[in-house]
Amino acid sequence: MSDSQVVTGNEVVVHDAAEGAHHEHLPYQRHHFETYAQQSDATNFAMWLFLLTEIMFFGGLFTAYLIYRNWYYPAFVVASHQLDVVWGTLNTLVLIISSFTMAMGVWCAETRRRRGLVISLSLTFILGLAFLGIKSIEWGEKIEKHHVPGFHYSLQTFLDPASDPKVHKEYPKDQPLRLDMARHTEIYFFLYFAMTGMHALHMVIGVGILVFMIVRARAGAYTTGHVTFVENFGLYWHFVDIIWIYLFALLYLISRHP
Amino acid sequence: MSSSTIVSLPDQSTARVPKMNFISKENGLLSWLLTGDHKRIAILYLVSITFFFFIGGALAGLIRLELLTPQSDLMATDTYNKVFTMHGIIMIFFFLVPSVPATLGNFFIPMMIGAKDLALPKINLLSWYLYIAAGILALYSMMTGGVDTGWTFTTPLSTHYLNTNVVSTGLAIFIAGFSSIFTGLNFIVTIHKMRCPGMTWFRMPLFVWAHYAASILMVLGTPVVAIALVLVVLERVAGIGVFDPTKGGDPLLFQHLFWFYSHPAVYIMILPGMGVISETISTFSRKRVFGYTAVAFSSVAIAVFGFFVWAHHMFIMGISNYSMLVFSLLTMLVAVPSAIKIFNWAFTLYKGSITFETPMLYTFGFMGLFTIGGLTGVFLGTSGTDIHLTETYFIVAHFHFVMVGGMLMAFLAGIHFWWPKMTGRMYPEKISQFAAVVTFIGFNFTFFPQFILGTLGMPRRYASYPPEFQILNVFSTAGATILGVGYLLPLLYLTWSLKYGEIAGENPWQATGLEWQTQSPPLTENFPAIPIMDHEAYDYEWLEGQKEKVASVG
Amino acid sequence: MSEHHTPEQESPEQHEREHHIVGPKVYVVILFGLLLGTALTVLASFWELGILNPIIALAIATAKAMLVVLFFMHVKYSTKLTKLTVCAGIFTFVILIGMTLSDYMTRAWGRW
Repeated sequence: MSDSQVVTGNEVVVHDAAEGAHHEHLPYQRHHFETYAQQSDATNFAMWLFLLTEIMFFGGLFTAYLIYRNWYYPAFVVASHQLDVVWGTLNTLVLIISSFTMAMGVWCAETRRRRGLVISLSLTFILGLAFLGIKSIEWGEKIEKHHVPGFHYSLQTFLDPASDPKVHKEYPKDQPLRLDMARHTEIYFFLYFAMTGMHALHMVIGVGILVFMIVRARAGAYTTGHVTFVENFGLYWHFVDIIWIYLFALLYLISRHP
Repeated sequence: MSSSTIVSLPDQSTARVPKMNFISKENGLLSWLLTGDHKRIAILYLVSITFFFFIGGALAGLIRLELLTPQSDLMATDTYNKVFTMHGIIMIFFFLVPSVPATLGNFFIPMMIGAKDLALPKINLLSWYLYIAAGILALYSMMTGGVDTGWTFTTPLSTHYLNTNVVSTGLAIFIAGFSSIFTGLNFIVTIHKMRCPGMTWFRMPLFVWAHYAASILMVLGTPVVAIALVLVVLERVAGIGVFDPTKGGDPLLFQHLFWFYSHPAVYIMILPGMGVISETISTFSRKRVFGYTAVAFSSVAIAVFGFFVWAHHMFIMGISNYSMLVFSLLTMLVAVPSAIKIFNWAFTLYKGSITFETPMLYTFGFMGLFTIGGLTGVFLGTSGTDIHLTETYFIVAHFHFVMVGGMLMAFLAGIHFWWPKMTGRMYPEKISQFAAVVTFIGFNFTFFPQFILGTLGMPRRYASYPPEFQILNVFSTAGATILGVGYLLPLLYLTWSLKYGEIAGENPWQATGLEWQTQSPPLTENFPAIPIMDHEAYDYEWLEGQKEKVASVG
Repeated sequence: MSEHHTPEQESPEQHEREHHIVGPKVYVVILFGLLLGTALTVLASFWELGILNPIIALAIATAKAMLVVLFFMHVKYSTKLTKLTVCAGIFTFVILIGMTLSDYMTRAWGRW
């Protein structure tokens, strides 16, 4: 191997010596690429382009959200009080830490730490599952209270806040809504389910890929110089985290002052 | 017709199609269905889109048949609604959007930049499978009841007032959208990262620039229509109220999201065609494209500006006056880069050495018909006149001029231009020139009367109309028959040429471009060795120098 | 033109890549930044600040997102192309939201 690398742990600069390798193909280099550097550049760029499509995909939902929030602000405020800010904050922390563990995983792959990589990926996986678990608890609550749009949606808590003692205690100043404004809470919940559901779908896919990656990482597939899969999956995972950062701010934190 | 031609074929008595090429390399169905070779995938796409084109064309025939008489007598009005809806959906999503990019783009972009393949061959194959899955779902929807919302799925009609196969068709388009996204993504990565040594951005053929611009639109625009369709499906399935005025939703929100993609979609459709025109107009005038940089940048400008104008499809739908003003103004801007291209192509012709082979006939057809179509777009972009002309046959004529007179002609130009390279054989020139002329005549008879019908007030999407419009409709249907013949002929003679066409050799058109400097059909890896680009694009002097160096090979 | 390819003639994209490895220290700092931002944004939502509430919430969310993009996703150490790509995505997203909202804001029959 003609690589030269100095690993100090923090700031490291590694020069790819592939240019001296002519057409000597590394085992994980595809034949239509001239060098491994070209391949990893290309696949990295491809992942970023895919993330652009995801930005625009969620963009449509964010557009809908912003329009309806401004049209039906009172309904959105009252409806958002049905969301538990504790669960939401906890989920945000879970995802942020999982982003950290994922980033550490990339570092482990780059510095060829096989055990570290497996641990990082496993932690990321567990945190991802935790997020989904908390989310299903939250969704379960909504289903119980008949706050699922289109499926026996109930306006009662919005017309008569006292009928929901737990939320009423936290937000005693919430007035009952007029009937037409109360109906608009259904749009809030639709957007809640659509946006968190779409996000959760992306999390499920991510968690699934993580299982595959943990198995491969244990076999040492990512700690021999071929880090692009881990790097690119990391980009995907961080992106899903960023979406949640915005969802948390927009859905949970509309107005929490009592 | 002048007998001068630039065609230069090898001696037919001794010439053979090269034994080793991408088609002969491997045999068997699986070698095609599991291929990573961009050229094989291009052929898979070519067969598929041709299939869908003729289905869409048959539906068009039904439309024109119905419109022969003022009453809706051939079919019930609901059926007529289904026919024009499916015609639109199939032609746009299953023919026009993939037409040039997935066939000619897939085949030639790697070759034009000196690469062995696209950056992501597996994604390329996936893209084709998604297209086929989407197509099957769409056909299934069509055969089990169809959709009658119009290809635009306008809410709340599509969400609340119809009981046809909106959900399955919407999902089919969703899947086709991802096929398109993956194609565009692949092209962008390839063009950035896989150019051969010496191939700078400004030495690439303009065909590549056009596809780069179209790919940006595919990647950034398509996801928005995807989410719009998801919302329609959810609205139909769960009735949540996002587009329902009675529940506080806004039907116009769907239109904003839909047209945010569908306007750039028209540029996704036309830009690759414009790329073809740059190649043919240069080759058949023996002259470099005038103003290369302007044409390259105008492609990107069309892509960028194309994102700012979508609400000009919504002028009468209830957007604010402010929006009408802004979008109308921006629409004027977006016409400019297209006009720049037409001017540059015209100046390419000036003092060129023009010959009239079939690709050039289609190219001239494009120049005239796209110009007319584009200019009528300006009438429609002006909100004042649009209020009268929208939803009439004027719009129908406008988009058929740009899409059929423009894009489809460019597609045929490209197919004929690159046919010898893809297959190793020439198509029969006389009958193809005849077909091109028939197409041009048929097209004008079909669609020009529709401009008049539109200004007279005939609305679109109606099976019946006032009797005073009949004569123009009969003209239009007569033209459509001629047009149908014009499109059927290439299917027949191109298939014939696969076995009986003359051997083409490496470079029958004596064109510049890396794809013409290697055998026809090409090797699986495209070139025996990675080329080094040492000359500018459309450098005919360099080509002369090459000819002196190399003896011609059969 | 069909000479054999030699490494010295590789196109610019195939030059050796400076591969900057970001280490754990940076990541830990960013993690604390994100945790802090989360705490701040939750706190801020409990205060009544009128129109500033959504502005502050979005500002903090954007700051957190930038930390993730620049450091966890390595954009700070990436090529110009990557940075351009990110900006292109954000730009198009802003156009979608901005121009659509501008229609809603200027409608006489809207709720604004």
